[in-house]
Amino acid sequence: MSLLRRAPALTLLVMLGPVLAGLAGTLLPAFGIMPALGRVEPGLMPFSELAAWPGLPRAVALSLGTGLGSTLLALSLTMLICAGWQGTRAFRWLERALSPLLSVPHAAAAFGLAFLIAPSGWIARALAPLLGWERPPDLLILQDPWGLSLIAGLVVKELPFLLLMTLAALPALRPGQSLATARSLGHGRSAGWLKTVFPRLYPQIRLPVYAVLAFSMSVVDVALILGPNTPPTLAVQVLRWMNDPDLALRLRGAAGALLQLVLTLGALGLWRLGEIAVARIGRVWIEAGGRARRDAPLRALSFGAGALSALAIILGLAALAAWSLAGFWGFPAMLPDAFTARSWMKQGPQLLSPAGDTALIALVATGLALALVLACLEAEHRFGLRPSARALWLLYLPLIVPQIAFLPGLQILALVAGVDGTITAVIAAHVIFVLPYVFLSLADPYRGWDRRNAIVGHALGASPARVFWRLRLPMLLRPVLTAVAVGCAVSVGQFLPTLLLGGGRVQTLTTEAVALASGGARRVIGVTALAQTASAFLPFALALLIPALVWRNRKGLRHG
Amino acid sequence: MADGLRLDTLEIRLGGRSMVALDAHVAPGEVLTVMGPSGSGKSTLLAAITGALDPAFALSGRILLDGEDVTALPTERRRIGILFQDELLFPHLSVGGNLAFGLTPSLRGRAARRSRIDSALQEIGLEGFATRDPATLSGGQKARVALMRTLLAEPRALLLDEPFSRLDAARRGQIRELVFARAKAQRLPVLLVTHDREDACAAGGKVIELGA
Repeated sequence: MSLLRRAPALTLLVMLGPVLAGLAGTLLPAFGIMPALGRVEPGLMPFSELAAWPGLPRAVALSLGTGLGSTLLALSLTMLICAGWQGTRAFRWLERALSPLLSVPHAAAAFGLAFLIAPSGWIARALAPLLGWERPPDLLILQDPWGLSLIAGLVVKELPFLLLMTLAALPALRPGQSLATARSLGHGRSAGWLKTVFPRLYPQIRLPVYAVLAFSMSVVDVALILGPNTPPTLAVQVLRWMNDPDLALRLRGAAGALLQLVLTLGALGLWRLGEIAVARIGRVWIEAGGRARRDAPLRALSFGAGALSALAIILGLAALAAWSLAGFWGFPAMLPDAFTARSWMKQGPQLLSPAGDTALIALVATGLALALVLACLEAEHRFGLRPSARALWLLYLPLIVPQIAFLPGLQILALVAGVDGTITAVIAAHVIFVLPYVFLSLADPYRGWDRRNAIVGHALGASPARVFWRLRLPMLLRPVLTAVAVGCAVSVGQFLPTLLLGGGRVQTLTTEAVALASGGARRVIGVTALAQTASAFLPFALALLIPALVWRNRKGLRHG
Repeated sequence: MADGLRLDTLEIRLGGRSMVALDAHVAPGEVLTVMGPSGSGKSTLLAAITGALDPAFALSGRILLDGEDVTALPTERRRIGILFQDELLFPHLSVGGNLAFGLTPSLRGRAARRSRIDSALQEIGLEGFATRDPATLSGGQKARVALMRTLLAEPRALLLDEPFSRLDAARRGQIRELVFARAKAQRLPVLLVTHDREDACAAGGKVIELGA
């Protein structure tokens, strides 16, 4: 009982403790303090070294540009798709196409996109007969210096995320009524939605948008695959310094990590100003009373972009599959001359051990997170706690503070504590990121459970524990398993926590896949990235299958 | 001993404002009907008696059951049965599983429990329904299972939260009679909350009106 009451505090400690400790662990070396190197005098030397690095302005500009650009693009597209199509059959089709893509790991999606847009990729192959290309065109598309392919990779992954977050928030706003009212007053569909629904929707999805912005600015795995190299984005460069055998470079790396944090906070501030400006302009637009009835081109554009985004991931996965099974495959053939299982036979056995560790880490981290989340929600239910808006902010904190800003510090602390390079340390780091998603996924169904079931159960003499285990959990089996699947997918996709806390000694399918980014072994990449995707997909399949089997004779639970 | 349900100067307040104030006694086998429009605090009153009152409310006075003060007890220790407007059969358990969830743990042994459930189903005309999915039952059948589930827990009092309002006219009188007859036979004090005058008449006991 008293343990349950402490669950929310314990959860915050498990989730935010490492974030704060990691930030402290970054702060000290950034100001020149690193006792392991015999540096105990604080100073600004790491910052002057950072400033002296010639790539800095470009790396900073890349981080800002790709982060703000991809977030703005993904958000605008999501909103235009909803504005133009919500409530139509086409919208449901797009929703069904995009939702499962959320579980595709970032690295696999990035590799897939690379296999499409590379000079030797499917798009170039399709164009080759028209343009008379006999060899891959000499174009720098992948890892282009402007970070455009990186932006594309981020947009195709963030679009499904923002769309799902929007879909979760929409029903409570009764968008159908608002839209019908606006249209009956003569407003066009898109404009009517943007004027009546969007202003109420945006506050509901603000935190997810901030998380997307912070993530896009500081992402490492996607940037290693699709981002430019000389110089790379700031986050990638910080990782290079942190992994350098020369330990002195870690001071500079820590200074860079701190800069990344400041940049992220700055970008969030800038975004907030943008929100205020858009709100002002929007109010003027609404009050001007224009009807904006001709939105057909806009609707076509938004739908096309949404479909293209879904297609990019699906075709990307197909390209990965094709390469993983390819025998000889010359340019510009659309398909390999022969299909063979050779790559799978050769790589498969080597992937077994990372696959096992991936599953172990995902299951333990998700199990811990689920136990904490259930304890928090049950404590909320039993003690009548009311979650505040601030609690939601705290939940999003690990998703908003850039990983690269606090994980290196956490790595140093793990080093000092002697637990670095252990699977335990990796699991603890995964819990930080799995927990918020498990919570977000489970909170609504858990809170939405009809409390009268509990009252009936208690009135029949059942204790709170019995009601929890015998009534609430079984009735919520489906959402619980969905939350587990979300948690596993998040864990499977983690790159930086595994790399840094694992000290290179803990290998998962994700670290294996991303490590292939610098080489050109397309068949190996195909096999590894597909194995990574499968390991993220499998829990979702089980989350659908298990309740359907367990409750096959229970009509009342078929849609709950 | 056989004293029934006594509400001793019970008052429920929300933020200083009095929602419900009641002083009443329901003898075993009797029915007390509480009527009032929606928003008059009927459901709040029932929540207070079952012990499921939202912490935002303040409760004063005492709830006595057969002379025992249960005001501070948690719901599961009060042994007060409740039937809601919805049957709230647990959708993941079979019909028999629902009854077994309610059946008092003092009856031990798998075979003994099973045969008690079978005979309980027989009593309500649902013989052989033990393995059925509750979602496949008709409204009247669900209501009977919900009633039996409550009775099998051997309650000391029965609360009814508009339990007949979802049923169609034909079933309604039938179920109502069954509930009142069973309650009388087991000498249970019954507190019925309704906005339907017909229910109140059928109950045949005292009627208290709550203001809006």
